[in-house]
Amino acid sequence: MSNVVLDFEKPISELELKVKELQSLSDLNDIDVSEEISVLTKKLEETKKLVYSNLSAWQRVQLARHPNRPYTLDYVERIFTDYIQLHGDRRYAEDAAIVGGFAKLDGKPVMIIGTQKGRNIKDNVYRNFGCPHPEGYRKAMRLMELADASNVPIISFIDTPGAYPGIASEERHVGEAIAVNLRDMFKLSVPVLAIVIGEGGSGGALGIGIGNKILIMEHAYYSVITPEGCAAILWKDRAFSSKAAESLKLTSSELLKLEIVDEVIPEPIGGAHYNYDQAAALLKKAIIKNLDALCSKTAGELKEERYQKYRHIGKFTEVKEKEEALPPPADEEKEKSEKE
Amino acid sequence: MSLFGKPKYSTIKTDTPAEDKKVKIPVGIFDKCKGCEEYYHKDEWKKFIEVCPHCGYHRQLSAQQRIELLTDAGSFKEVDSNLISVDILKFEGVASYADKLEQNIRKTGLNDAIVCGVAALNGIEYAIGVMDFRFLGASMGSVVGEKVARITEIATEKGIPLVIVTASGGARMYEGMFSLMQMAKTSGALERHKEKNLPYIVIMTNPTTAGVTASYASLGSVMLAEPQALIGFAGPRVIKDTTQATLPEGFQTSEFLLKKGLIDRVTPRAQLRHELGLLLEYTTTTNPGIKIKAPKKKKQ
Ligand SMILES: [Zn+2]
Repeated sequence: MSNVVLDFEKPISELELKVKELQSLSDLNDIDVSEEISVLTKKLEETKKLVYSNLSAWQRVQLARHPNRPYTLDYVERIFTDYIQLHGDRRYAEDAAIVGGFAKLDGKPVMIIGTQKGRNIKDNVYRNFGCPHPEGYRKAMRLMELADASNVPIISFIDTPGAYPGIASEERHVGEAIAVNLRDMFKLSVPVLAIVIGEGGSGGALGIGIGNKILIMEHAYYSVITPEGCAAILWKDRAFSSKAAESLKLTSSELLKLEIVDEVIPEPIGGAHYNYDQAAALLKKAIIKNLDALCSKTAGELKEERYQKYRHIGKFTEVKEKEEALPPPADEEKEKSEKE
Repeated sequence: MSLFGKPKYSTIKTDTPAEDKKVKIPVGIFDKCKGCEEYYHKDEWKKFIEVCPHCGYHRQLSAQQRIELLTDAGSFKEVDSNLISVDILKFEGVASYADKLEQNIRKTGLNDAIVCGVAALNGIEYAIGVMDFRFLGASMGSVVGEKVARITEIATEKGIPLVIVTASGGARMYEGMFSLMQMAKTSGALERHKEKNLPYIVIMTNPTTAGVTASYASLGSVMLAEPQALIGFAGPRVIKDTTQATLPEGFQTSEFLLKKGLIDRVTPRAQLRHELGLLLEYTTTTNPGIKIKAPKKKKQ
């Protein structure tokens, strides 16, 4: 694993280094430094708490993209047993940016779907940096339909910068692949849990994300556009990415406030990358709690609730209805709105 | 191929440099074609429903023009025109969202980027939604999503076909995740319409991109596109920047999508009314899901 330290993580990693140095010093020279170490360790914990409870939206985006962060398959191996991965869209290709297959959760069968990033360059070439082509979405839908036919609940792990913006992707109609998933996931009669574990990159994330519940991990983000993309369009300058991240309200806590997500899953202090096992344990707890609640519902209830959930997302006002059969010509309307 | 044959009317030649012409030609009476750079009188643009008589370039139509083109006169009854977007995120951008909304409402006379209603074509009743690019680039926010969902539900409930004329620059960024979730909402409503075997016809116009392409614009049981429209999920510049690749000739145009097997037809605007009429007839006449049948035509 790479030794990436984000800017705001530096005070923490410096303290960690000091503790390590003291430890090895004491080991080598047989000096008792336990008191110093205990002071430093306490300081370390305090610094962590301070840093991670005051992260800006942009810093959280960095954390969600942290190259050491656990990815879908890291969680799968820690939470489930007997995972059997299934491949291919039966149309064109196997897309390694989306993985899926049956597994057991405490002995009970589930279907796993997830976008998958790579840990190193070679891996990332294979995984296409977690950016799916149309085939990934079509495979995902095929597996979800298999789960539906098998009456097995679906757990979807989302961690993608977005669907891949490439020539091949467009030629095989990635827009249609996502659209069909958005439509057909509403047909599913089994419980669907959508969990954003890292990056929730726009339509590419939503394409496997129509759930009865939407959960998000503490340091993950979910956004209609990347902060960089938003800054480039609205401010014509990527230097405003931090400002864009703030404005987009993309952090887990903001999304919970806006009722876009149902629940925020806590992470180990410092983020999931500090402790994979603990992060997986916290995630597993949330999955079991939510699946238990959903599994008691009928197929009809699950479908209706899923429909109503998304049907009600949106904010607008309704003014008094106009009575024209056709919208009036622009000039007339202009005068009218100026009067009002 | 020229749609209308050789032009038999006055055109202004473009021998002089463009800058000179700007001075000579009265603004608002003669409009330059973006395709061939010739100037035409506004009456000619109107006569040819905003299609260049010389090169066939399709200019964008307002929602009102589009509705007139595709419905029986006087049949259109608008619904949900009273929905107005709100600055729910208090978005801090270069300009405030609230100001942008107000400007666009004034500019277009519309409350948001789509006009929906129930109408008839050749006596066949159907639900229609028309996006209007003039309103904030027909970006999809809560109002667009809600209106698409409502008109789809109206079509499902009444048992009639749905037609959506799409144009969109993508998501309404000012509404953050509320904007993204409209893709899900609209697709969900369409699932219920499809379940009843009701026809959904999409007419894609220039440009149809991003979130709209990745939701209701790509879900038609029949998909038509106007000539030379830009249609895609990712924008061409994003693709170029990401992949460093040279984009193929005509990439992401209607004709390109037709060749790749992604849409049914590229239909010039002059034939759109006729083809929509035929498609509505074929998909409704013997369809048991259709609850409202067209009145029988008198024998001619
Ligand atoms: Zn022209």
